[in-house]
Amino acid sequence: MNRWEGWHKVRYESELAPHFAAEIASIPGGDHLYSCIQCGTCSGMCPLSHHMDFTPRQIIAMIRAGFKADVLSSYTTWLCASCYSCTVECPKEIKLTDIMYAAKRLAIREGVYPKRFPIAVLADEFFKSVERNGRSSETWLLTRLYLRTNPFKMLKQAGLGMRLWLHGRLGLKPESIERKSELRSILKALEKEHMIKRKGNTAPLKEVAS
Amino acid sequence: MSQPNMKSNGTPKVGVYVCHCGINIAHTVDVAETVKFAAKLPYVTVVRDYKFMCSDPGQELIQQDFRDGKVDRVVVASCSPLMHEATFRRALAEAGGNAFMFQMANIREHVSWVTLDKVAATDKAKALIAAAVARVVLHQPLQKTSVPVNPDVLIVGGGISGIHAALTAANAGKKVYLVERDPTIGGHMAKFDKTFPTLDCSACILTPKMSAVRSHPNITLWTYSEVAGVEGYVGNFKVKVRRKPRYVDEELCVGCYECIEACVYKKPRFPDEFNVGLSMRRPIYIPFPQATPLVAVIDPETCAQIKTGKCKHPCVEACLRNAINFDQKEVIEEIDVGAIILATGFKTFDASRVSRYGYGKYPNIYSSLEIERMTNAAGPTGGEVRLTNGEKPKAVGIVHCVGSRDNHTNQWCSRVCCMYSLKLAHLIKERTEAEIYNFYIDMRTPGKGYEEFYERLLKENVHFIRGRVAEISDWAMTPEEEGKLVIRAEDTLVGVVRRIPVDMVVLSVGLEPQADADDVRRLFNISCGKEGWFLERHPKLAPVSTFTDGVFLAGACQGPKDIPDCVAQAGAATAEALALIDAGKVELEPNTAYVLEEVCSGCQTCIGLCPYSAITFDKEKKVAVVNGALCKGCGTCVASCPSGSLQQNLFTDAQILHEIKGVVNYV
Amino acid sequence: MSYIYFPGCSLQSTGKPYEESMQAVFAALNIPIKELDDWNCCGATAYMSISELKSFALSARNMALAERQAGAGNSADMVVPCAACYLGLNKAHHYLAENPDLNAKIKGALGVAGLNYSGRARIRHPLDVLVNDIGMKAVTERVKQPLKGMKVACYYGCQLVRPYADFDDQHEPTTMDVIMKALGAEVVDWPLKTRCCGGSLTGTVPDVGQRLSYILLREAKKRGCDVIATACPLCQFNLECYQSEMSRKYEAPVNVPVAYFTQLMGMAFGLDHKKLGLKRLFVPVHAPAAVGGSHVAA
Repeated sequence: MNRWEGWHKVRYESELAPHFAAEIASIPGGDHLYSCIQCGTCSGMCPLSHHMDFTPRQIIAMIRAGFKADVLSSYTTWLCASCYSCTVECPKEIKLTDIMYAAKRLAIREGVYPKRFPIAVLADEFFKSVERNGRSSETWLLTRLYLRTNPFKMLKQAGLGMRLWLHGRLGLKPESIERKSELRSILKALEKEHMIKRKGNTAPLKEVAS
Repeated sequence: MSQPNMKSNGTPKVGVYVCHCGINIAHTVDVAETVKFAAKLPYVTVVRDYKFMCSDPGQELIQQDFRDGKVDRVVVASCSPLMHEATFRRALAEAGGNAFMFQMANIREHVSWVTLDKVAATDKAKALIAAAVARVVLHQPLQKTSVPVNPDVLIVGGGISGIHAALTAANAGKKVYLVERDPTIGGHMAKFDKTFPTLDCSACILTPKMSAVRSHPNITLWTYSEVAGVEGYVGNFKVKVRRKPRYVDEELCVGCYECIEACVYKKPRFPDEFNVGLSMRRPIYIPFPQATPLVAVIDPETCAQIKTGKCKHPCVEACLRNAINFDQKEVIEEIDVGAIILATGFKTFDASRVSRYGYGKYPNIYSSLEIERMTNAAGPTGGEVRLTNGEKPKAVGIVHCVGSRDNHTNQWCSRVCCMYSLKLAHLIKERTEAEIYNFYIDMRTPGKGYEEFYERLLKENVHFIRGRVAEISDWAMTPEEEGKLVIRAEDTLVGVVRRIPVDMVVLSVGLEPQADADDVRRLFNISCGKEGWFLERHPKLAPVSTFTDGVFLAGACQGPKDIPDCVAQAGAATAEALALIDAGKVELEPNTAYVLEEVCSGCQTCIGLCPYSAITFDKEKKVAVVNGALCKGCGTCVASCPSGSLQQNLFTDAQILHEIKGVVNYV
Repeated sequence: MSYIYFPGCSLQSTGKPYEESMQAVFAALNIPIKELDDWNCCGATAYMSISELKSFALSARNMALAERQAGAGNSADMVVPCAACYLGLNKAHHYLAENPDLNAKIKGALGVAGLNYSGRARIRHPLDVLVNDIGMKAVTERVKQPLKGMKVACYYGCQLVRPYADFDDQHEPTTMDVIMKALGAEVVDWPLKTRCCGGSLTGTVPDVGQRLSYILLREAKKRGCDVIATACPLCQFNLECYQSEMSRKYEAPVNVPVAYFTQLMGMAFGLDHKKLGLKRLFVPVHAPAAVGGSHVAA
């Protein structure tokens, strides 16, 4: 698609998700997002905002307006490093970092995120490792990450890996807790629960063409 | 106030009048049924209903029944007493009855407007009517009393609001006391350079008024003074004013500056308050050349003579009029006034509370008030805007909303900062030709000529970036940022993050209540709102009066506002004060407490409890005495009295109990 | 008071020098500390991206185990050196205290495994324990070889002071600076003390993550520091281990030693360098020569 066709399209109300804001706002303390005055302090503080396709402030505006597909498929939520600078300085005490996490979770649940995007894959591998063993093993985590996203990179990182091993900082043993079943039973009890209260149309989204 | 000495004769004859209030009541409450019910209540002789009881024909119903002798006391079941109690009381009084042989049953705000179910609503209305009838049977005739009003006015605070109020009251022929804490009047306005939107020179428009205050025969100007205590009540306040010692005789000093030149501190070394710390002063000083009164003052904290007694004090010899007197003491003046106007103003937000803006950490970051002094031709830099190294800045950032609109500091918008930020942008550009960047969240320019002022600035090539500044720091990402202060903010209109290197930053700080606002409000027995500003009686309809009769508010002490609004409010407050004074007397509601002297044991429990300080102890008779003029009828003392010797007119125990029984018996 | 040590997954691999030096320093100060038995991963940031409730459950299990290990009625202070673990556990602690519904759900899940969390467990960072519990007097007394002449830039990172500022100022933290001064070092003040190092982005999106760490290194070097002191294993890793890659990619090469603050403490205490993991650092830390003795780390 040419740029002049893709950009500045009119957005019709029927394309928006009217319950999206309420879904995000249902996390603890999430209702502050309605108080946003679009001051831009969050984007100004965020050390990563200039790398994002939408700034944090824009994401809040989009959540409020119901631009669900755009928010969930943006790179913004994945580039958030959870440094909490935005949360601390927001004059309306909006918990932006928690909102970014909520958006990440919704994106994964609905399957809307760039495929082979390293951050989502890292989260997934981390999750699996902890579910299985109760701990994550850094080396194996990164290995699986590279294998799934960019095997080439693994070769490039081999040098770093070697240096770490020589300095005794590369744990090769897969870490695990002893009472794995204890942990599993706790996690299983929460299997069906989520902190985001879903409303309205919960059908999976189409990924927005970028 | 003594106990009532009029009793009615014979059996009570109660008239009950139920109002439809159009459909407001009648739509929900079955009026016909309440009428049938009321007719069966004891002592009820007449029951009527009407569409609009408060109208002339409605009132005439009551008046005719009274004149015919059918009723001697009245219950109206209609709206809230706050709406029409006064109306019906007046109607009864005009027909020859006593205004207080009256009770209202609120079946609108308390019933029809808040109950959905019609049966439940009618039930509740009946219960309330039964209660009102049971009560009114025990009412006694009462008389309002009146006290004379002292025509003098006290104005606390000598900024533009206090000055305007003082001149207005003085021109109306009243004797005015203007008490100001600083050594000079003028307030914040005296510090500004130009005022928006006209860019009038602030001192040029203020000093004539200050001068008029000084020379007005009706104004007693007490500067370097504070109110120490207030007693009394509306129309009759007794105020103690503490006049702090200047150590300079105000009558003798002519403001020639000789003593200041002669001071042993050849190099001034104490932060000058008038210049907001940008320059230094000596212990003996005159705040600024147009100070009113133009009298020197010696700061006891820093004067060597006062602190150690070991100074040669050349100031004394330098004064040709022998005005310096180190033995001067504090003087407490006692005055009687009828009305008090508070015009104590505001303070600016302390920018060091926002650490990411670097105020106090990096040089060349100033608050707006400091820049006002800098741009002022009479200020510490002679009107030149300079960096600490003496050079002109090439780029200046002006940061809006510092301390305002933020849950962490002050939630409110301070109303004047956008306008003064525009003004400062204009002034700084004029003085330095620098690139000016205003960082704002919203541009708030609602007043007369304000939007046009914004347009003017837009055309003057000032850069406007809509984005609240995230941080100001000195670390550089690019060569152009080396050695500069870098402002990082999102340009929300364009949608990108920007880093702007500047030489100087102006922090547009918000307005806050004075630090001691809570202590001051206690002195005058008024309240502060949630945010700390003095509380007006009603935000829309009574913005200059308070819940304490006789105390009025003018200017920024009631909430952030610009100079036109301050002056308007000061005029309004004076008008209301004059209305009070020119009425000559104040009528007091008779629902006051009184003491049955023979029952009072002198335990004095009530005295400390009275929020209006209306009860005193008669040491001879050893009984409590209630000042009916101060008593607001809150009932606290009555409830606390262990012996039951304290009673309240219109709220006797019997009346209250019967009202409760009226409801309970029905239910 | 005895503390329960929660290492977290990193401290036994990339963060090994942190664990070694912290344990050595705590032993030197006679602070009783015991590892939490069968601790599980805190979830860090990645887990919260998948399931928030389970993430709180992970932390709750750790806190419940700590309470059990401390014994009924005893204080259960957990010392958590890794900043991400510190925040993960502390956040769970705060959220469970402030949200009764959440609390009930988590308690129910813990109950299935026979565990109970009362809220008694407190999450402490070693900086907090050293400055607020032990006190600088005890630290200064233990200093045998002051780090005189060593210019240290203290880097706190994000998650120690945001969003909870339980033990230090959120915008201008000073606990690490206070310790460095007590060790005799010269503290270099710089404005990027709490600016993000990029976190896990240095591995997943290196162009973005490494740039953030590079900015920190460049500024610290510009301000003339000899070493950057850190308190988080990921921060230390990000700042130190990608320096050769950064030198290839970015404008100016950087070669700045990045040590854990506990390693510097151990050096000042005169402890055996092998016990402090100093050899595990990529860029060696040089003790100021003025002090004399064999302090130069290989």
